Amino acid sequence: MALLPDHAGPAQRLLHAGFLAYCGLVFAFLILPLVVIVPLSFNAEPYFTLSRGMLTLDPAAFSLRWYEDFFGSAVWRSAAVNSLIVATVSTLLATVLGTLAALGLSRPQMPCRQAVTALLISPLIVPLIIAGAGMYFVFARLGLVGTFAGLVLSHTVLGAPFVLITVTATLSKFDTTLVNAAAISGAGPVTILRRVTLPIIAPGVVSGAIFAFGSSLDEIVVTLFIGSGETQTVPRQMWVGLREQLSPTILAVATLLIALSVLLLACVGLLRRLGRGRTPA
Amino acid sequence: MTAVLVEPSPRSLRRSLVAGSGSRRRAAVLLVLPLLVFLLALFVLPIGYLLWNAVDEAPVAGGLSRTVQALRGWDGRSQPADAVFDALALDLREAEADDSVQRIGARLNFEVAGLRRILRRTAAAAAGEGPATPRILAADPVWRSPQIWAAIRDVGAVPTMVNLLAALDLKRSPTGEIAAVAPDYRVNAPLFLRTLWIGLLVTLLCLALGYPVAYLIANVAPRTAGILLLMVVVPLWTSLLVRTAAWMALLQRNGVINDALVGLGLLDDGDRLALIFNARATVIAMTHILLPFMILPLYSVMRTIPPVYMRAAESLGASRALAYRRVYVPQVAPGIVSGCLLVFIMSLGYYITPALLGGEGGQMISNMIAYHVRESLNWGLASALGALLLAGVLVLYFVYVRAVGADRIRVGG
Repeated sequence: MALLPDHAGPAQRLLHAGFLAYCGLVFAFLILPLVVIVPLSFNAEPYFTLSRGMLTLDPAAFSLRWYEDFFGSAVWRSAAVNSLIVATVSTLLATVLGTLAALGLSRPQMPCRQAVTALLISPLIVPLIIAGAGMYFVFARLGLVGTFAGLVLSHTVLGAPFVLITVTATLSKFDTTLVNAAAISGAGPVTILRRVTLPIIAPGVVSGAIFAFGSSLDEIVVTLFIGSGETQTVPRQMWVGLREQLSPTILAVATLLIALSVLLLACVGLLRRLGRGRTPA
Repeated sequence: MTAVLVEPSPRSLRRSLVAGSGSRRRAAVLLVLPLLVFLLALFVLPIGYLLWNAVDEAPVAGGLSRTVQALRGWDGRSQPADAVFDALALDLREAEADDSVQRIGARLNFEVAGLRRILRRTAAAAAGEGPATPRILAADPVWRSPQIWAAIRDVGAVPTMVNLLAALDLKRSPTGEIAAVAPDYRVNAPLFLRTLWIGLLVTLLCLALGYPVAYLIANVAPRTAGILLLMVVVPLWTSLLVRTAAWMALLQRNGVINDALVGLGLLDDGDRLALIFNARATVIAMTHILLPFMILPLYSVMRTIPPVYMRAAESLGASRALAYRRVYVPQVAPGIVSGCLLVFIMSLGYYITPALLGGEGGQMISNMIAYHVRESLNWGLASALGALLLAGVLVLYFVYVRAVGADRIRVGG
């Protein structure tokens, strides 16, 4: 549908221009706060603002000192390593658990499907503060607070629903006659899963894994309760930085994270295109 | 792929057909089971534990069990009978032996300030010989007042209502009537109201900002729509902390917005605006963070609305405005409902953004829960606040699942 009919009168054209301007402002509101961070992270001065030199594009006003600060700091480096370890392990767990559950839920024989689905994706709905406090109470008793195991388990809980949702979405377009064909051809359930189902739903599985990975890298609320100084992650270190010594190093980290999220997003977009190519409509 | 074609023998075919439906059902359940068990153990159980925490104050209920028992028949007005004092002396002697006086006192201290100290002193006196009543009264005359006994009675009950009442700024008097606490002490109920208010405001702002944008994206050429969608999804993908940090950089006293206003001569350097550390900063940043969750459901509904209905209405003589209101909007309604519910549900539990941007006036209920878990260590009250928040969210989630369907929840657009 065209937004503006050809026969539109001047009043309608004016209204339309106003509508477009309004949308432009909303897009600016969405994007500008993120865009502003990028030049700020190259600020030569330790301020959270654009200096006069930066506005006149004076090269002396820009520097990489906050990035050097980040890569040179043992605290940030170990936080980055911890984050990657926790995200990798929890993503593997979440992907296996989530994919299996999605395969089960997609079968017509699955009893109480609606209720089970609602329960399995509830970690996305229950406020993180409640999940965090509850896990803190229980994990403290089990000696898991401040350990990698505690962080991995809690991040798996929060990441698995993402995998479940993306794989379920892929399976909804899945042609079950392929499974029947394989079964008639004599393939056992494991062979069918390995040779037929998984290759077809692979894009969904991988994008679910990317969602889980991203959610773990960004997890802060539960990590505040379950983590500790020894298992410091990047978000937890950012939290400390934002509350205590506000330094532009944080903005350098933020810029790197924005770049990372754009990269992950590009991967998911690519996978979606792949997924479309693989399943005949 | 190399498939080996095997002729199934008639016997195994019949067997598998008979066994079919039952074993398929079992297979489906077995596939779901690992995640189900995992989430039950590490997510549902901890939340259940939190809920139980709200109504069971184990140190008091367990440590002073005899006293709580003896207080059953007490009228709440007079000094309790000697049997109650005896029970307290016995309980405290045991508590002293296993070092739990400190924990009991810490919990009771939330109800009556100073009780921790009083209890420690009384425990020392309880160790002596002879009738308990005079010894306890000699240790501290405050044991004459019903207040302190009522606190033990109410906190020690299982289930105890003390925390849930306190979460709503209510308190039971020694004689049992429930009444609101003095206005100066009301903190939780106003915080719940503020949380609801901020959630509502953020939802309405997201709708006002998101609706036109979703409409635009749904009605432009696919290529343009792709680019515009990217501008919605990139913020969604960006770390919550990054977006909150961005708003800190923008709203600070020496931040980008104030500097720009001063630089443009619109503002005197002396009276920079207080943009951060208030409820407004919380609302602005939360609207920014939650806006994609409004745009995407609206867009996915608008995309499916065929334009012919609008054209039909117009060709039948409806003005564009009338056709829009009577034909278009009703078809978007499911998207509006799901977007608003989603944003409202998510906003209620916000913690990081209010903590970093909200200052005193922009805190929400989650911040109070975190405070009681980590700082005041009043876990019972933290759990009660959490239970009330969870109840509200679950009711809304139930409505959401009813309206939208749990299996239709999508991520990332």
